[in-house]
Amino acid sequence: MKKILVKSGLIALAVAVSACTDPGRFGAGGAGGDGTVGADAYDPNNAASNPNSPEYFSQRVGDRVLFAVDQSTLSPEAQQTLTAQAQWLNTNGSYSAIVEGHADEQGTREYNLALGARRANAVQEYLISQGVAGSRLRTVSYGKERPIEVCSTEACYMKNRRSVTVLSAGAGF
Amino acid sequence: MKKLTHILAGLALALGISPAIAQDGPLRIEITEGVIEPLPFAIPVFIAENAAAQEYAAQLSQVVAADLAGTGLFRQIPRDAFISNVSNFDAPVQYADWKAINAQALITGAVSVAEGGRVNVKFRLFDVFSEAPLGDGLQLGGTTTSWRRIAHKVADQVYSRITGEGGYFDSRVVFVHEEGPKNARQKRLAVMDYDGANVQYLTGSASIVLAPRFSPNGDRVIYTSYETGFPKIYIMDVGTVQRRILDDQPGTMTFAPRFAPDGQTVVFSLERGGNTDIYKLTPGGTAQPLTNAPSIETAPSYSPDGSQIVFESDRSGTQQLYKMSAGGGEPTRISFGEGRYGTPVWSPRGDLIAFTKQHQGRFHIGVMRTDGSEERLLTASFLDEGPTWSPNGRVIMFTRSGSGAGGESALYSVDISGRNLKRVPTPGAASDPAWSPLLP
Repeated sequence: MKKILVKSGLIALAVAVSACTDPGRFGAGGAGGDGTVGADAYDPNNAASNPNSPEYFSQRVGDRVLFAVDQSTLSPEAQQTLTAQAQWLNTNGSYSAIVEGHADEQGTREYNLALGARRANAVQEYLISQGVAGSRLRTVSYGKERPIEVCSTEACYMKNRRSVTVLSAGAGF
Repeated sequence: MKKLTHILAGLALALGISPAIAQDGPLRIEITEGVIEPLPFAIPVFIAENAAAQEYAAQLSQVVAADLAGTGLFRQIPRDAFISNVSNFDAPVQYADWKAINAQALITGAVSVAEGGRVNVKFRLFDVFSEAPLGDGLQLGGTTTSWRRIAHKVADQVYSRITGEGGYFDSRVVFVHEEGPKNARQKRLAVMDYDGANVQYLTGSASIVLAPRFSPNGDRVIYTSYETGFPKIYIMDVGTVQRRILDDQPGTMTFAPRFAPDGQTVVFSLERGGNTDIYKLTPGGTAQPLTNAPSIETAPSYSPDGSQIVFESDRSGTQQLYKMSAGGGEPTRISFGEGRYGTPVWSPRGDLIAFTKQHQGRFHIGVMRTDGSEERLLTASFLDEGPTWSPNGRVIMFTRSGSGAGGESALYSVDISGRNLKRVPTPGAASDPAWSPLLP
């Protein structure tokens, strides 16, 4: 499956990027992460230093954006991250992406599924508006099924209300 | 009889039934205002009529007693308080001995096991203070492996004869078994007796599964699974565990399914392009939209006569409850209290709608009349959600989840009066219960 590559990418990330403050389960970076965009000197031991690597995408570009409670609108910060995602995808045409939408646990299961879908769709539409072909993108909502943070306070909820752009090898679906 | 009347009046209240005309017959739970005090009953160990029946006799009477006492409406009198015992099923009842220990109801039974593993149970119910049987004696049979069902059927008979309501003990619950921490939770479909016995797993834990619901006759379960990587609705035959995908339109998510009362039509949510609406699918047909709005429309549930659908929508800006004709059309909002309302479920009696309410950081299970009036909250916790009705519309089961890293989900049940809140035993963490109809 296409996902295997992504998974191995995540493992590499977890092993290699000890400097990351909050790697999370589905990758690091994103708004609020340490995802400052900028190129380090090429380091063959650090996959994320290769600007065309999925690791670079998840860690440096930032694979996620965060949302306000019960909202799916993209903050200026989120738009900045997504613009960078689109640039990366436009440069790296051999990847497609699944945009995951997530919600925090403060909501009913069905509603959160629908809300996660709204978020994923908002991201997908933004990426398309930045020139990414729709055929390279799919969305899925996990609702509140896959939090990355497990505490029951806003500090965790704000990180769980997210979309994550998960790369797959292959130019489209 | 004065005291009996008083107690029965209290019991009736506990059932939360709307006021009814006073019954002339004794040992009848009436509906009125009053103090709740469980009705004391005596259940001597059922008589084993042959050696093979010995183990079943003890267990059967135990399950009958547990069913009744578990409702909170009845109280079992400890057997060591008994003055006389019942050693012969057909011997005359010594009413004075049962009156003396204040047993209002007496349940006697006899069990035999025939060659080939068939168990046969006879039982009688007596109104001690009227010194008369309540209803005819009844005989029930089945395989030895189904002895618990026979016990539940006996208890359903007792419950029905005393309350005048349908029973609910001989029923099953499909739910989601959960393992692992919040950020890596594994889920499997499972089914069990209403009291947590006879757990059977229907799926593995490879894919997330959500919100299973029974078909109207309990032979199938409809649920959402991420088997394909995307949430899709599946229908599973509970007996064979064979499943099929309901409707696979690429680029869509489908979830929140429920059967119509006809057992064929399915109503569900379909998401396309970020927007979620309610659709229905009839056998051999294609999915037809029942709502068409840019807002979220989900969690549909049919009225028992199939003529209406209650659902949730955030078209007003927050999650609220609406009902519409089963064919679609303009919905009417029915929830007007403070907070957010979701997961409405129409009672099998047709008189109430159960829901989840979210208000000021707390979650509640509540009920309201089908026009939204007389809202009553039955529970409050960090996270209660997803009510399901007992087959007789008297008890609600739901998911209660704990907060924080160690927070697990468990199944709870509560009477529609708000009384008798208790945890339903499950083999581990559990969520998304759905009650079956009363088994045939």
